Amino acid sequence: MKPARLGLIVLAAVALLVMPLVAQQFGNAWVRIIDTALLYVLLALGLNIVVGYAGLLDLGYVAFYAVGAYLFALLASPQLTDNFPAIAAMYPDGLHAPLWLVIPLGALLAGLAGLVLGAPTLKLRGDYLAIVTLGFGEIIRVFLNNLEQPINITNGPRGIGPIDSITIFGWDLSKKWNLFGLDIPSVTNHYYLFLAVVLLAVLICRRLERSRIGRAWMAIREDEIAARAMGIHTRNLKLLAFGIGATFGGVSGVLFAGFQGFVSPESFALQESVMIVAMVVLGGMGHLPGVIVGALLLAVLPEALRYVADPLQHLTNGRLDASILRQLLIALAMIGIMLARPRGLWPAPDNAR
Amino acid sequence: MADTILKVDRASKRFGGVQALSDVSLTIERGMVHGLIGPNGAGKTTLFNVITGLYKPDAGHFELAGKPYRPHAVHEVARAGIARTFQNIRLFAEMTALENVMVARYARTRCGVFGAVLRTAAFKAEEAATAQRARELLDEVGIGRYADVRARTLSYGDQRRLEIARALATEPTLIALDEPAAGMNATEKRVLIELIERIRAQGHTILLIEHDVQLVMGLCDRIAVLDHGQQIAVGTPAEVQGDVAVINAYLGSAHVAV
Repeated sequence: MKPARLGLIVLAAVALLVMPLVAQQFGNAWVRIIDTALLYVLLALGLNIVVGYAGLLDLGYVAFYAVGAYLFALLASPQLTDNFPAIAAMYPDGLHAPLWLVIPLGALLAGLAGLVLGAPTLKLRGDYLAIVTLGFGEIIRVFLNNLEQPINITNGPRGIGPIDSITIFGWDLSKKWNLFGLDIPSVTNHYYLFLAVVLLAVLICRRLERSRIGRAWMAIREDEIAARAMGIHTRNLKLLAFGIGATFGGVSGVLFAGFQGFVSPESFALQESVMIVAMVVLGGMGHLPGVIVGALLLAVLPEALRYVADPLQHLTNGRLDASILRQLLIALAMIGIMLARPRGLWPAPDNAR
Repeated sequence: MADTILKVDRASKRFGGVQALSDVSLTIERGMVHGLIGPNGAGKTTLFNVITGLYKPDAGHFELAGKPYRPHAVHEVARAGIARTFQNIRLFAEMTALENVMVARYARTRCGVFGAVLRTAAFKAEEAATAQRARELLDEVGIGRYADVRARTLSYGDQRRLEIARALATEPTLIALDEPAAGMNATEKRVLIELIERIRAQGHTILLIEHDVQLVMGLCDRIAVLDHGQQIAVGTPAEVQGDVAVINAYLGSAHVAV
């Protein structure tokens, strides 16, 4: 490795480690925004496998996020013990599944959900696939909303809480601690965990991209018939893309549930799926740096626009609603970016890799 | 002495009311360039698509290199050993020339998700071998210098050559070329002929559909002629050229009557 490159990596690492410590000086809300943005990066990376690599437009991706979140919610909250005496008898201290168990379980369950969604949609392409996946995403949300009658599993629209905070080797991330006189709040703890998971996800994506499997996905995206003529079993590889993409969503959901301490169906609306697709497309489909930038931008932009929308609201004596104004500004920003850079903010360079 | 690579025995295919192929038989010997010609709508492409698994035949028996062969799924055809190119070029446009060829090694390599994510020794070795083989093939068809260029930016002739390199990468027993000279100018055709002859010299067997009669006559060892879904003649270029049925099919029977 060249010294210049090594230096750059060290610099980036230091910047990533110090960033929340600086941001928290301006208020924990900023670190919280960054934490959420990291979860979106994880989602965008997962969806990028399906949309960016394999070229399958999935508009119901948030369903896998919901699967992961509700799994952690059910396994680490009083919800099940309150409603099922049998489970309460088995776990007199309540259900407190540890994170190291729930993360792989969430990944697995979401992956299976990915296969379940993938299997019936294999013959569909483009718009048709998009519509079916959109329906799938809504089905999951409707289930979460209604699975309280006759047996209460998801507690319906009221959601599930309180969920255990994330604990790693006995270290509770929700507790503030003190390092050489510097206060490290809960949001900063979560930042480091999420950062580690995102970095691992980037590594996995990068390695998949430059492999036999990754090339086969891209071949399917470019020309399915030609890909088949090269001996690629397109059905299996599409399922694989759905499955692996979904595991990222599941993991992100588990982390989200632990971070928020509460989940409800509201968090998993169609709007979220659309946002994640927008992150991938806006950043640059199939190009990891682009996808990451797209996710960060679209996750942070709404928060940053708060500071633009509020003054505008005052300017018009409150006639303009801030939240609607924000939506408008986000939409304008997205249209602007897509007009200026139709292949995304940071697409793969023309003379590749 | 010559052994049979592909044997098609009475293949038929019907589309609604149209009998696109009726009882067509075909035998291709090892090391040959076997031409398949016929007027538009004669059933050439249908036969080609049946052999390469794109269409399911209504009837017929197939043998590939002495083994029974059932072309019922496109991806299995490549595994079985038939590689093809497409009449209207079908490259992986956004991938580089090198990646296009590497993709075609799919059926001959093994590493899966875990190998890729963990970067195992086996994965690294396989990856290096795949890249090396792909580079060799690009050099062989004469576009090695464009290895890292996206396929869509290549010239038309180079795209055709890349398709051939991609087909060779699957280690085929039989290479099926669907109108490889379509849309080429005289210079590009000359280069193509040289390339096909070079591939044959390496011992490959080739099935060639082509409209350019001159090219077919010059290149093929044997030619089968189709008309209205039936085989009307088969033989060496000279035999086929003198065949009355072939002349009728191409020029109309009035020509013979004169």
